[in-house]
Amino acid sequence: MSGDSPDSRPATDGGSASDAGSGADARPAAADQPAPEERDHPAGRRNLEGIRIDPVVEAEHQSRRAVISALVEDEPGVLARVSGLVSRRQFNIESLTVGPTTVEGHSRITMVVEETDPGIDQIEKQMAKLKPVISVGEVSGDAVTSELVLLKVEADDPAAVHAVSEMYDGRTVDAGPETITVELTGDNASIDNAIGAFERFGIVEIARTGPTALARGNTPTAPGEKPGTAGEPTTHDD
Amino acid sequence: MSDTAAQPREDDAEEPEDAADADESAAADTGDPAETDGSAARPVSTGAESVVAALEAAGAETAFGVQGGAIMPVYDALYDSSIRHVTMAHEQGAAHAADAYGVVAGEPGLCLATSGPGATNLVTGIADADMDSDAMLALTGQVPTEFVGNDAFQETDTVGITRPITKHNYFAHGADTIGDTVGEAFELSRAGRPGPTLVDLPKDVTQAETDETPGPAAPPAGTDPDPNADADAVEEAARAIEAAERPVCLFGGGVIKADASDAARTFARTYGIPVTTTMPGIGSFPEDDELCLSWAGMHGTGYANMAITHTDCLIAVGTRFDDRLTGGIDTFAPEAEVVHIDIDPAEISKNVYADYPLIGDAERVLDQLTAAVREAPDAEAWRERCAEWKETYPLTYATPDDEPLKPQFVVEAFDEATDDDTIVTTGVGQHQMWASQFWTYTEPRTWVSSHGLGTMGYGVPAAVGARVAADTMGEQDREVVCFDGDGSFLMTMQELSVAVREDLDITIAVLNNEYIGMVRQWQDAFYEGRHMASDYTWMPEFDKLAEAFGALGLRVDDYDEVAPAVEEALDYDGPAVIDFHVDPEENVLPMVPSGGANGKFATAEDQL
Repeated sequence: MSGDSPDSRPATDGGSASDAGSGADARPAAADQPAPEERDHPAGRRNLEGIRIDPVVEAEHQSRRAVISALVEDEPGVLARVSGLVSRRQFNIESLTVGPTTVEGHSRITMVVEETDPGIDQIEKQMAKLKPVISVGEVSGDAVTSELVLLKVEADDPAAVHAVSEMYDGRTVDAGPETITVELTGDNASIDNAIGAFERFGIVEIARTGPTALARGNTPTAPGEKPGTAGEPTTHDD
Repeated sequence: MSDTAAQPREDDAEEPEDAADADESAAADTGDPAETDGSAARPVSTGAESVVAALEAAGAETAFGVQGGAIMPVYDALYDSSIRHVTMAHEQGAAHAADAYGVVAGEPGLCLATSGPGATNLVTGIADADMDSDAMLALTGQVPTEFVGNDAFQETDTVGITRPITKHNYFAHGADTIGDTVGEAFELSRAGRPGPTLVDLPKDVTQAETDETPGPAAPPAGTDPDPNADADAVEEAARAIEAAERPVCLFGGGVIKADASDAARTFARTYGIPVTTTMPGIGSFPEDDELCLSWAGMHGTGYANMAITHTDCLIAVGTRFDDRLTGGIDTFAPEAEVVHIDIDPAEISKNVYADYPLIGDAERVLDQLTAAVREAPDAEAWRERCAEWKETYPLTYATPDDEPLKPQFVVEAFDEATDDDTIVTTGVGQHQMWASQFWTYTEPRTWVSSHGLGTMGYGVPAAVGARVAADTMGEQDREVVCFDGDGSFLMTMQELSVAVREDLDITIAVLNNEYIGMVRQWQDAFYEGRHMASDYTWMPEFDKLAEAFGALGLRVDDYDEVAPAVEEALDYDGPAVIDFHVDPEENVLPMVPSGGANGKFATAEDQL
């Protein structure tokens, strides 16, 4: 390697300190190099997502709510892998549900996240790297989403509770002298509305599952997923 | 096997004649010497024997580890194995040695530890391999299955602890499948983007009887991606490169892992494109080449950082745009269209937006790109500008008579005294930066360091692993030089005992400034010189300590002692330690302050 460098190097074969000094002096001293503020610097910039900012149309990414569906192998620890990934990469997650599918050994994870488009892209790509994840993707906007909530309210006015429950297609699942528990299903917004309506009775406790989702028609819910064909056939009855 | 396996396994890796399925032939297409030659593992009678038989069949030649209760059945099975086992002093050392072995050999490293503390001691090394995308398989003993979850003696949730720092980890559930699981984990570690894998082996499973011979090892379905980038995307990127006026290549560690250095050199030289590298990419392109601007980033060369700052077309290959490379993302290559080649789609536009994403194996895609570009970009003026920056901002240091020995001088002395194929390992800190700045690297797999995790103490066990790898490859003549700091050395110096026992020919140069120097430098720059807990004047005498271990120990304080000591240590047939007492006040420069603009690197302390 000797002689490779264009710089003249300090003598190393028994050279003295002063020899070394004169050798190193052949290179411009660091102090003589132009200082940071003396150098040209381009005017361009990148935003937080590393995207070059177009000076004319400065595109700032807004967070949005997205439903992500993943088909996963139902093996021990799969939920820990997914939730660990979400937490350590600081993705904003609203809810996560998991349940079996038509295929033995496969589960579906449905996640609702609040992220920018690049963030949603990252979640999908990072999840796809997990070995038990078979496929993952964002569920299209017109997908069927639904969640379940159990609402326990004070039973001071049972008739009124019943009326509100009917309004939101709810079902009374437990009624006692102190409290009434109502079960409701629906999309996120209608559940929020229902909870608002029940608030006047005094809500004692709430348990919400978070949304789960399926794509409409023949569109697979997770990309590449073949509904009902990967294992035992399922019956499609609408 | 250690005697007969003197050649790299590329030589005997052949296209599988009867690959079990289409996926396996696809794996062979990646250029990986995937061990799908169908060589069945030898007959077994226990789970532990199945583990060892699977490793042998997958091509593992060397393991680094430490014995212990729960892993004893596996060690017992190693007694009759062709796999060479190197007993380490500490499990962290085993993980780093396996990691470095893998880097040098181009094969997955293999490390073993027992349950509980054995496994937790591996954790740092596994995390290090994960951050640097190094292929490695860790095997850990575990308490018998019926005790798992009961807080048994030496029980830890190893799978839980290592989940975020492995590509994937496994808990072995039965003796009949344990060998297949281990084989799969070994292959997964090098499939696609490499990384560490782990299999937790409960003692009852390794002790259980089985006569199930492991099948040919293969990575799980879907983990060995298509090596070729989309052809249309390649064409689009090629047009962008042709149109560029100020193109720059940025070669990352992925170039080395994909054995794409030749393809990278061909691409850059064919089209006259200046080259920068990342730190893990050191050696992918010869630093003495006219086109080479060396590595960019926090302590990279001024000229590399100027080129990155002013480029209009950045061709980045196998890099994840770490913050130590980019500095503040707002000022990183702010006017560049980015062509990003990576095997991992998740790296595309993760930190820096890719205008032209090319997903595939670095070697394949560089070949595709070399073929697709029709004419070289018109970059003569740009090359001249890069050459001017090289003149204006050379790496430099002063050696005044009234100041102590400069550490950079020591690095240059070793570089001059050794051949190009010398392997350099380092710890983490100032010494690591000087070792990367003042040594001229020309070959891949000669720079072995801890980049992403920044693990102090990596150097000595890495030197052990690198030496064993070179010896296993029949390259006994190559030198292995470890540059270490006093703080780093003190963290893992017990592995020197392994080097002595195994008679490993390594030279450890401790650049001893009696500080945890990088911290001291930051304290001076950013904490008003308040040297809290960075003063290491309490260091032992390393030359005497080396002798106590049975190694050669030397001490150097002056310039005129450097060359003779370097010569004596390199000539010494066995481990040697030189304790270089260097200038405690020397700083690593240039420096881009954390989050700052690469083009505004400081060349003097008062600019920070």
